[in-house]
Amino acid sequence: MARINLEHIRHAYGEKPKSEADYALKEVHHEWNDGGAYALLGPSGCGKTTLLNIISGLLQPSEGRILFDGRDVTELSTQQRNIAQVFQFPVIYDTMTVYDNLAFPLRNRHVPEAEVDRRVRETIDMIGLSGWADRKARRLTADQKQKISLGRGLVRNDVNAILFDEPLTVIDPHMKWVLRSQLKKLHRQFGFTMVYVTHDQTEALTFADKVVVMYDGQIVQIGTPAELFERPSHTFVGYFIGSPGMNLLPARIDGSTVSLGTDTITLDYQPKVAAGARTELGIRPEFVRLGREGMHVHVRKVEDIGRQKIVRAEFAGKSIAIVVPEDGEIPAEPRITFDPSAINIYADSWRVGREA
Amino acid sequence: MERTWNNKAWFMVLPVLLLVAFSAVIPLMTVVNYSVQDTFGNNQFFWAGTDWFTEILHSDRFWAALGRNLLFSAIILTIEIPLGILIALNMPKKGLGVPVCLVLMSLPLLIPWNVVGTIWQVFGRVDIGLLGFTLKALGFDYNYVNDVFDAWVTLIVMDVWHWTSLVVLLCYAGLVSIPEAYYQAAKIDGASRWAVFRHIQLPKMKRVLLIAFLLRFMDSFMIYTEPFVVTGGGPGNSTTFLSIDLVKMAIGQFDLGPAAAMSIIYFLIILLLSWIFYTVMTSSDDQA
Repeated sequence: MARINLEHIRHAYGEKPKSEADYALKEVHHEWNDGGAYALLGPSGCGKTTLLNIISGLLQPSEGRILFDGRDVTELSTQQRNIAQVFQFPVIYDTMTVYDNLAFPLRNRHVPEAEVDRRVRETIDMIGLSGWADRKARRLTADQKQKISLGRGLVRNDVNAILFDEPLTVIDPHMKWVLRSQLKKLHRQFGFTMVYVTHDQTEALTFADKVVVMYDGQIVQIGTPAELFERPSHTFVGYFIGSPGMNLLPARIDGSTVSLGTDTITLDYQPKVAAGARTELGIRPEFVRLGREGMHVHVRKVEDIGRQKIVRAEFAGKSIAIVVPEDGEIPAEPRITFDPSAINIYADSWRVGREA
Repeated sequence: MERTWNNKAWFMVLPVLLLVAFSAVIPLMTVVNYSVQDTFGNNQFFWAGTDWFTEILHSDRFWAALGRNLLFSAIILTIEIPLGILIALNMPKKGLGVPVCLVLMSLPLLIPWNVVGTIWQVFGRVDIGLLGFTLKALGFDYNYVNDVFDAWVTLIVMDVWHWTSLVVLLCYAGLVSIPEAYYQAAKIDGASRWAVFRHIQLPKMKRVLLIAFLLRFMDSFMIYTEPFVVTGGGPGNSTTFLSIDLVKMAIGQFDLGPAAAMSIIYFLIILLLSWIFYTVMTSSDDQA
């Protein structure tokens, strides 16, 4: 297992990138800890699979270096990097048995057969396919096949990292949950470095210690699930994480005073906003209080989603979502207040912290 | 569950049934009719029973022709299948090369069979043919008209030229259907080029290869036009295949009875061999 350093990585699929827009992956510069579980989260086409393939060596970055435990591996092939990867669609060797599938990566590396046998048996138990060893892999269900794909990575106990490229896409919803918790258990037990690509925020948030949110070819935030929820550093993170996403309201900022349409709010700090920047106030629906005091809103509709209600309302000419407890009442002349500690200010889409 | 029975459905298959009857069953039955009777023209028929079959099965001429057929099919299959796979593996997967290769590969398949025969007949002539003349100029004693070995080589090279494309196209179709992830996974598993072929490409090509194999076997076993044009069955009888012999017997000698019996035996051999190949090649699918 290894610490992974990405040094000024950029990638363009075209031959000669001219402008910033030609890059599928804009500058990425980060260090990922040994034994960490990272999720790359973002919408389709944001560059997350590109980044994953650069780490695994299936793709050569146009610029930058990759280091495993301080060793430069940029020029090394996938084999030499000693990486395991699980793909979106389960890849199994049709003609082989489950046992032979798992033994394949070891036999290719000329591991002695006795050692192969020991490790394959161990791995089969680990992925919960004991008793299936002699079955033809082709006959298995999608989730069993995906376990084999994972098993082929686990069987090599010296891999630097295991990479997952949306591995649960083709798995039934209830099996997804089972597989995810098994994976988490295996990670806790063996402590391998894991990088997990997904566009499903639930998957990312439950799986990873650190979630890497990507948008338009760049990493917009790396943080724990709590950080992403409470202090999204980019409006995209606010919108992408959470259901419904963060409310973003155009705001005028003057010192510690924020004007939203005709209403004003006073903050307990002065965000430093450059002159001429487009400023917005972000507040999660969970932290908007609906009551008889505060600013006027006009309720459009109420969605009852079980444990709580989502109120869609119009506020200062913009639509806003408010989460109300199941038994919370909606007054005839509703007003809202914002939880002061949950207010985030954004200038040109990036968060302006109180520390800044 | 209740099943509904509706005999009207039979009317739906009637047109196909009629078509098959007129195009296949009735002609086949007339052949059967000839094979068990003797005729001297004038629409007079005499019952011959299984005499013609016995005669054919005891004639050296038939077994010799059958032997040539089997040898020819065996040779072209051992050349065309591996060669077809090899070419398909090396064809480009994307870019301008794809349509260029596909068109080049399709060209031989678009040429009528007797034209293929004529092309090679001329090509191989030692007096005016490019191939024959060149070989002779280089000092090779090549002459497909007199030499048995040269005649066979010419026919085999011609068939390989004409039909390897079919194997290539079928294999290529099988290859392009393999998702990129399989190759990536193989890289990660450290698989060698041979292992990729053995465990990914070959299994994925299995079905199309079966089709290619059967088509090439049946076609080569029934070969007629090209040897007829190039060698006419000679020198001697050395390239007289069953089909050529059959035509000689039926139209040349007008022995309709023996020829009909031979047709049926010929047909049954192809049917039997195709069935055996199919069964053997698909049986591994059913193992759990």
